[in-house]
Amino acid sequence: MVPSSSASSILMPVRVSTIIASFALALFLNFLPWRDLRLTPDFVALTLCFWCIRQPRLVGLGIGWMLGLLTDAGNGVLLGQHALAYSILAFLAMWFSRRILWFGPWLQALHVFIILLVAQGVALLVRLVAGTPFPGWPIVVGPIFGAILWPIVGWLLLLPQRRAQREQAI
Amino acid sequence: MDHSPPPFFKRGPAPLVRLFFFATLSLALLVIDARFRYVEGLRSWLALAAYPIQRAALLPFEVGDSVAGYFSTQTRLVAENERLRAKALEYSQDAQRFQAAQAEAAELRRVIDAGERLELKAVPAEILYASRDPYAHKIFIDRGQVQGIRPGSPVTDETGLVGQVTRVHPLVSEVTLLTNPDQAVPVQVVRNGLRAIAFGGGASGMLELRFTAANAEVQNGDQLITSGIDGTYPAGLPVATVVHIERDADHTFARVLCRPAAGVDRGRYVLVVVNERAARPPRPEEVQAGKDRREKSRRAKKAAPPPEAAKSEKETKESDGPQ
Repeated sequence: MVPSSSASSILMPVRVSTIIASFALALFLNFLPWRDLRLTPDFVALTLCFWCIRQPRLVGLGIGWMLGLLTDAGNGVLLGQHALAYSILAFLAMWFSRRILWFGPWLQALHVFIILLVAQGVALLVRLVAGTPFPGWPIVVGPIFGAILWPIVGWLLLLPQRRAQREQAI
Repeated sequence: MDHSPPPFFKRGPAPLVRLFFFATLSLALLVIDARFRYVEGLRSWLALAAYPIQRAALLPFEVGDSVAGYFSTQTRLVAENERLRAKALEYSQDAQRFQAAQAEAAELRRVIDAGERLELKAVPAEILYASRDPYAHKIFIDRGQVQGIRPGSPVTDETGLVGQVTRVHPLVSEVTLLTNPDQAVPVQVVRNGLRAIAFGGGASGMLELRFTAANAEVQNGDQLITSGIDGTYPAGLPVATVVHIERDADHTFARVLCRPAAGVDRGRYVLVVVNERAARPPRPEEVQAGKDRREKSRRAKKAAPPPEAAKSEKETKESDGPQ
């Protein structure tokens, strides 16, 4: 019952500090002054997705909800829209977590694309209900870039666990 | 009898239950925030928590700037110095004339007994970042409650009005840009003093003068400044230039598009105009007065036909009489 993509190596248990640092980095990337925010991937969503798939027992809806609130307050939008989007994203990621890891990186990315798209859609829906006009189709580009980044993000975030294992082998 | 096996792993409530819980919580927050604004305190605390990360996100650009400054060439610096000196000379002449004009204006205002104009104080601020929501049209600046910023203060740059402070957190403030569709600014055409209200045009980055009559005296290239009527924006700040007018016989109103004078989506430094609110005359109590009037008329209706109606009847009778 070991998923194929991680069958080659047994990973070290994750450290909580790694998870916290990754979320801090993701928030940092999100707050960078991007030129067109529709085209930039949502790094927090991506990181949350990763940890919900890899560590569904450590990271889940509650953390997603808190990150969403932080994003909302930081961006000055209606409090709760990202909280709702991220908790739904966390739920979907946890739901898919058994399934996704059996696939190779690109099929995983496809799943992640759908999850990110749903989260984006929820946030968009809240915004539309609140009365803002439709921002146009480039809004789909963000999740596409996010999905493209998925293999890299997965490799990067597993690095601490792998490195520890290699050191132990030596 | 309990048929379910004892729990092997403690996992808490099922994910679906948790999703329901958090979704309900989020929706409740959304409604409370959108309708009642009870959660501003929570928002301030969250903004304070996000502040270190926001500040850190600016660091790469600050470092880049300082590195670029270090390597800037001598010739460029000399040229820039010269340009700035010329500008300073130009401004100093303007400033001298401005002082004279200000004294004259104060004298004239005293003559017509119009009350003193407010002295404006400006606090310089740096733009931290734009909102991640692409259509929020908001920016965040690095001055907040601690520096004396208050909600409602106008924000300008060196060329004109940029927006208005809408939320103030302890260390940062949120500025709604002119281009936000919900943002309205009372303006005046410089050429003929015509008053209008400029609304944000949203994604186009333009402003729109809504409710301007189709035959209103507006031309392409007209400069718009704040009229100062609302008491929020000081009078005379450049707002926009009219660039496009559509007059359609089918509509009562003309469609007037204007380009903002200030770099609403450019630049890194802004000025927050902190005006002394105490100096402003108190608002007329129209709401209360309206309520009273309505209440009175309701009572009057209960007792007898309203006095206005009776009077108008009398008037019509009188006007009928001589004919």
